[in-house]
Amino acid sequence: MKSKVNRELPDDLMKKLDYKPFETTEIGNPDVQRVAPKVHVSTGDDKIVSSIKQVVADTVKDGMTISFHHHFRNGDFVFNQVMRVIIDAGIKNLTLAPSSLTGVMNDMVIEAIKAGTITNITSSGMRGSLGDFVSHGGLKNPVIFRSHGNRARAIEHGDIKIDVAFLGVPNADRLGNANGMEGNAVFGSLGYALMDAQYADKVVLLTDNIVDYPNTPASIKQTQVDYVVKVDKVGDPDKIGSGATRFTKDPKELKIASMVNDVITHSPYFKDGFSFQTGSGGAALAVTRYLRQAMIDNQIKASFALGGITKPTTDLLNEGLVKKVMDVQDFDKGAADSMHTSGNQQEIDASWYADPDNKGAMVDQLDVVILSALEIDTKFNVNVMTGSDGVIRGAIGGHQDAATGKLTIISAPLVRGRIATVVPDVTTVVTPGDSVDVLVTEFGIAINPKRTDLISALGNIPGLPVYKIEDLQKMAEKRVGKPKPLEFTDRTVALIEYRDGSIIDTVKEVKD
Amino acid sequence: MEIKKTAIAGTLESSDIQLTISRADSGITIDLQSDVKKVFGDQIEAVIKETLKSLDVTAAKVKAVDKGALDCVIKARTVAAVQRAAETTDTPAWEVL
Amino acid sequence: MAENEERLRRTMMFVPGNNPAMVKDAGIYGADSIMFDLEDSVSLPEKDAARLLVYEALQTQDYGDAELVVRVNGQDTPFYDNDVKAMVKAGIDVIRLPKAESPEMVEKLEADIAAAEKEFGREAGSTHLMAAIESAKGVLRAADIAAASDRMIGIALSAEDYTTDMKTHRYPDGRELEFARNMVLHAARAAGVAAFDTVFTNMDDTEGFYRETEYIHQLGFDGKSLVNPRQIPMVNKVYEPTEAEIKNAKNVINAIQEAKLKGSGVISMNGQMVDRPVVLRAQRVMKLATASHLVDEEGNYLEK
Repeated sequence: MKSKVNRELPDDLMKKLDYKPFETTEIGNPDVQRVAPKVHVSTGDDKIVSSIKQVVADTVKDGMTISFHHHFRNGDFVFNQVMRVIIDAGIKNLTLAPSSLTGVMNDMVIEAIKAGTITNITSSGMRGSLGDFVSHGGLKNPVIFRSHGNRARAIEHGDIKIDVAFLGVPNADRLGNANGMEGNAVFGSLGYALMDAQYADKVVLLTDNIVDYPNTPASIKQTQVDYVVKVDKVGDPDKIGSGATRFTKDPKELKIASMVNDVITHSPYFKDGFSFQTGSGGAALAVTRYLRQAMIDNQIKASFALGGITKPTTDLLNEGLVKKVMDVQDFDKGAADSMHTSGNQQEIDASWYADPDNKGAMVDQLDVVILSALEIDTKFNVNVMTGSDGVIRGAIGGHQDAATGKLTIISAPLVRGRIATVVPDVTTVVTPGDSVDVLVTEFGIAINPKRTDLISALGNIPGLPVYKIEDLQKMAEKRVGKPKPLEFTDRTVALIEYRDGSIIDTVKEVKD
Repeated sequence: MEIKKTAIAGTLESSDIQLTISRADSGITIDLQSDVKKVFGDQIEAVIKETLKSLDVTAAKVKAVDKGALDCVIKARTVAAVQRAAETTDTPAWEVL
Repeated sequence: MAENEERLRRTMMFVPGNNPAMVKDAGIYGADSIMFDLEDSVSLPEKDAARLLVYEALQTQDYGDAELVVRVNGQDTPFYDNDVKAMVKAGIDVIRLPKAESPEMVEKLEADIAAAEKEFGREAGSTHLMAAIESAKGVLRAADIAAASDRMIGIALSAEDYTTDMKTHRYPDGRELEFARNMVLHAARAAGVAAFDTVFTNMDDTEGFYRETEYIHQLGFDGKSLVNPRQIPMVNKVYEPTEAEIKNAKNVINAIQEAKLKGSGVISMNGQMVDRPVVLRAQRVMKLATASHLVDEEGNYLEK
């Protein structure tokens, strides 16, 4: 069978896992039934336990699903400590269901797979040695990749049934009231972890900082927590920041950013009270800087900024150019600290942020969103998952979710080194072209032909050439040449879910 | 053109290719390292071979470390390496350029 | 003067000739002129490699409408001959001679270019040239240098070498360059060629860059040599004509067309005769306005 973006899906797996192929970006108004966690009633006045080993022995059994959050990013000390104990305990056949996997976790995950401890994975993404391992067939069962909003949906639906969630926090009291803002390794919003805290049967907090009861503000509440484990260190504060907090000086990135800004300010959405999501990365930060100036020049204020937050965005909040920041994660310490000090920076969970099966997610209210791409094809389909060698090296993140925004801009260079970004067909479809509106490259922009309204609004911006996306693809190919097609085996190593839980594409094992 | 000594051209910067050309008794051998080898390896080797042929180099050992170079860069670096190896840098083969 | 029709030369962007990433991307920033450098930015052992790289790039890369310039190594170096030959063969638009100090140096370059055009079968006279003034001697002979060849498109002041020669260095206010700037500008204007101001290297001093660019714009320079593509939009902004200038220029152009339709040799506007300098200025303003995307195809001012 095929998904609506014309990708062949493996019948046997689709049937075995009871999946439907991706049909449409329209969510509609279905009635959905959510699940609820099992609650082990607790009335004592202390949930503190002395060792991870003891908690693991009490909670984790063969075949369970365990989860972690990735708010510590590459400064995470929790995942490896817990997994070490689980592997050493000889536990088998676990499903690993973290919000995402970062580089520091790679070696441990590979070891756990080889030991038979982990036999299934669902994640937003994976990179480096783990992506390589999976792409070369290292895990028997296919990884299931889900966007942040879709993970929330899947948890609420019971598609992901978390038995035990291990959640690192920079502070907690003896009953489990905790937030991400105070302590040594602070990361700000606990947005993704809040899902696990709410829906896991057993919630284990790990912290290096036990504080007086009651701890406020409490993002994770004592009503949700079963255990509080004291560890030496939950994370390395220097490695939590994604590193992309400085404005780029790369002239090509700046040029693209200034063109993205032109697209935004000439669009019908750029008016008082508009909303936006810019994400992280040098170019995205530069867009924020240009946008700031445009907002000042035109006396326009934004009602809210959404998603992963960086300091340039919280600066706009402090300047009064943005009224609210709706914060599911913070990419740098500046943004994390700002959540502490600003009453207008609201911590939101992944469901509030982007869950499609909701009574209203923030992404539905989003006017302008800037997203990146490893590849984009002439159907505007976007790949943020597999590299030019076909190997997994990315994450869906909020890509599919935020693309719901009214003006979805993909910002990407036409070519990177010798690799074209604009291609005839992306290696892996993650975000369908139907939800992408404008591509901005250093050479010019392409507008999704379905958006006739935008073609007239953006068609005549001075100094901003508009191309057909097919022409941009040809320009890219003329510069770098025609690559030899990648070779894959028939074996499926990963399934890409669309945000509604259908399957949009698969990743096959690479042939070397 | 005869390869008289081992010579290097190009750098390991992004979009460049570093070529090391040394003597061989006969034939052309190319040892290519590249992040884009899967999709452009054949093309990179073809450009090097074609350029060597146009310079009349029939025997050489080539080591190429590619950092995403375009064909024009590969050709320029190959010519530079050969001229250095053949000690003809000051008298370029204009007809080949 | 090499061309009758004056082209815009607001920005001449320097591109180190041995840097493939910068050479291949040089076309995307909208510079009026791109200057590939074989001289100061290339170390001695890499001169051959840079020459070959720029040569191959010129054969294959699309640089759009930009005027393509190569700065060759000086005539006192062993690289000069092969630089000139290779660039003429590559079909470069303009060869830039560094450290020009006499009209004889320009004449030698002209002869070398002509010989190379013949050797490689390129159209005679198709390769233009320009000269960089980088010393006291050069400044004092600027007028002769600017007028030394029919292929000349312009002369440029190069302040780093010049200030060293003058036993000073660059200051933020640029007073040490006052004489040289005026000499170069006058020499260029007298010879009917373009005048390029020197580079501004402190990328962190945006205010200083604007101050200097506004100053040389006021003096009358065609444009500025640039070390970073980020400076291009800044120079273009300074050279943007005002709304009043554009509307006035449009009226002049309209008056010219009216006179043409009437078959009249006299152009008049609001009952007054329009003389040649006004016409020329109007044409230049419209060209700048078009390049700055401030007018539509008919030359009408676009409200922002």
